[in-house]
Amino acid sequence: MDAPLDRLLARFEERVRVLPALAGQTAVEVAPADLVEVVAFLRDEAGFDVLLDLVGVDRLGHPEAPTPRFEVLYHLKSLAGGARVRVHVPVPDDTLELPSCWRLWHAANWLEREVWDLFGIRFAGHPNLCRILCHHRFEGHALRRDYPIGRRQRLDAPEAFLLTDDPEWA
Amino acid sequence: MSTRVPPIPAERFVLNIGPSHPVTHGTLRIQIEAEGETIVRSACEIGYLHRGFEKEAERVYWEQVTPYAERLNYCSSLHNSVAWCHAVETLLGVRAPPRAQALRVLASEIARIMDHLVCLAANILDVGALSCWWYLYNVRERLYDLVEDLCGHRLMVTWGRVGGVATDLPEGWGERLLVVLREAGEAVGEVREMLSSNRIFLDRVEGVCVISPKDAIAHGFTGPCLRACGLPRDLRKDEPYWGYERYAFDVPVRSHGDTLDRMWIRFDEIEASTQIVRQVIESLPSGPVILDDPGITLPAREEVQSTMEGLIRHFKRIMHGIHPPRGVVYSATEAPNGELGFTLVSDGGPRPWRVKVRSPSFAHFSAFPRMINGSMIADAVAALGSLNVVAGELDR
Amino acid sequence: MAPSNPPVRIGLEGRLDLPALATRLDAILNWGRLHSLWPMPFGTACCAIEFMGLVSSRFDISRFGSEFLRFSPRQADLLLVMGTITQKMGPVLRQIYDQMPDPKWVVSMGACASSGGFYDNYAVVQGIDELVPVDVYVAGCPPRPENVLGALQRLQEKIRRERVADGR
Ligand code: SF4
Repeated sequence: MDAPLDRLLARFEERVRVLPALAGQTAVEVAPADLVEVVAFLRDEAGFDVLLDLVGVDRLGHPEAPTPRFEVLYHLKSLAGGARVRVHVPVPDDTLELPSCWRLWHAANWLEREVWDLFGIRFAGHPNLCRILCHHRFEGHALRRDYPIGRRQRLDAPEAFLLTDDPEWA
Repeated sequence: MSTRVPPIPAERFVLNIGPSHPVTHGTLRIQIEAEGETIVRSACEIGYLHRGFEKEAERVYWEQVTPYAERLNYCSSLHNSVAWCHAVETLLGVRAPPRAQALRVLASEIARIMDHLVCLAANILDVGALSCWWYLYNVRERLYDLVEDLCGHRLMVTWGRVGGVATDLPEGWGERLLVVLREAGEAVGEVREMLSSNRIFLDRVEGVCVISPKDAIAHGFTGPCLRACGLPRDLRKDEPYWGYERYAFDVPVRSHGDTLDRMWIRFDEIEASTQIVRQVIESLPSGPVILDDPGITLPAREEVQSTMEGLIRHFKRIMHGIHPPRGVVYSATEAPNGELGFTLVSDGGPRPWRVKVRSPSFAHFSAFPRMINGSMIADAVAALGSLNVVAGELDR
Repeated sequence: MAPSNPPVRIGLEGRLDLPALATRLDAILNWGRLHSLWPMPFGTACCAIEFMGLVSSRFDISRFGSEFLRFSPRQADLLLVMGTITQKMGPVLRQIYDQMPDPKWVVSMGACASSGGFYDNYAVVQGIDELVPVDVYVAGCPPRPENVLGALQRLQEKIRRERVADGR
């Protein structure tokens, strides 16, 4: 087990659970309430300075462990050392909400919008949580397992205005 | 939550660029608020090429995703093709045979050269130099010929196979490639020379739309755009795959993070890739180009047509697909644009439970408003070209 | 023209009552039109990359008089749709088509533009003919540049047969 992970476990103890992972990769699970604290620690004290990706997963009908239904995976990478860690966060079924990480990484802005767009998971505190890939009149969330692949939604006119009053987070 | 339609002062105006506009090279949309020629505020909209790759991948077999994956970054589909197969192999816990790995390096580097050629050609065209386009595109056409000989198609090759690659090199292919690359080097060198002494060109791109290393990291930059900011990170060196550690090559770095450096670094990388290709051709290991594993690969064609076992194996493999273990893996390769990552979630069945692409363009384009705010409209055009945002992988 | 069945004369022909003139006019107009199609490239995806090859030196679309790419629909008479059209892009395509002055023609390049290709899902329009009328479809994913040149020639043949009397 590598040093950053040891430090993480020493710091958060049982609030971080190491998951079994394939191909020698490192994966941990944390509760939504601890998410921001854990990733901030990983970024500032363990050197995982890049947020590479956010992956929403819908487990509806999954042969093992279909609950909680949604999970979001945070891929972090340390630019200098090349180490990677994956943080799994189960999404509470009742609120479908996670805290936003946009204050930590600029990259989180679009990535969180994408997870919202395709899975309908909200990110509390996100400054501009609107659709990003599907069009603005789209109803439902396309990558949920129960969204039929062939349900097309026609659009009549593109969104006229994109600028927002916050120049930082357009 | 911020509100749409902010007040626009009278002396300012809103300009909409795209989604169908030549500078966007595809389907990006940018809206800017400008005061005179200066951009005050900007916003980008993506999704105009959202083709549902990830949903589509959930309904086909693992290996059937290959052609979809190729269409993510269509400027370098050869790389995407083998990168996807590499990801599935990571999930399966197998490795392609040595010759296949060397061929993948070869393909990936050719794809890198071709990708950079399009990017540069288009970018230089954006700043007004049409003739460079012809020079660079001619080189690309020569490479297309070779790709076609190897894979049977110019652009969409479907050459990657889980467990290896589809075809071995045709007779005399390597020598022809070296000839083409030598001529390509000359043509590219000529373009470079033409530009590096051209005042008009340099004034357009030097020191323009700079991104700081700090912002680049916060936006998740990878690949040439990151290296143009002075951070020499390259997965081929840092986490070598396909035996990249066996080849001697430099990772080009530049330091200013401006449009010019993002262009120059692509010229440098064409050279570095040529270096690698030469070494691969010289040191190509012998052996099969694909694994022989009944659960993963198809039997040889002669076997299918002459033996009952071969036929059954072929049938079972086609009908039942590949069954990887349950779990999640992330597999990344250094694509021409940066880190191309695939997150694969498997439920043990022949179809992916979930596939997520981590595309370099997504990270790069998200930084675009930050890069162009405060600069001129025409500079934004040049900067967009230098990011090489490919809509296919941006929107997926 | 079938002699037993006098044609209905509309447009210019009807007004002038001079069929011979209209035939000559057809020939002149069509000759002009078919050798100088000005394309508006509506390239969205991979097919547009092959189009880049088409306009470059090797395939050289200018041999057929169509090298003058117009990125403003108001100056073009040939809409080349190259690539996947998504639901989000649909209204944009229609708007561009509407902005083109008559007479205008549409070539749908590639499987995606013609039928949605292998993207049969929530996001993709299953063929641009749901949105705009199409004159020539080009098969392939992506079609080779020669194939698109072939389509251009097909279109030229089609234009050669057009008549002012039909409102063109
Ligand atoms: S037809 Fe094929 S090559 Fe053309 S846009 Fe569609 S997927 Fe891409």
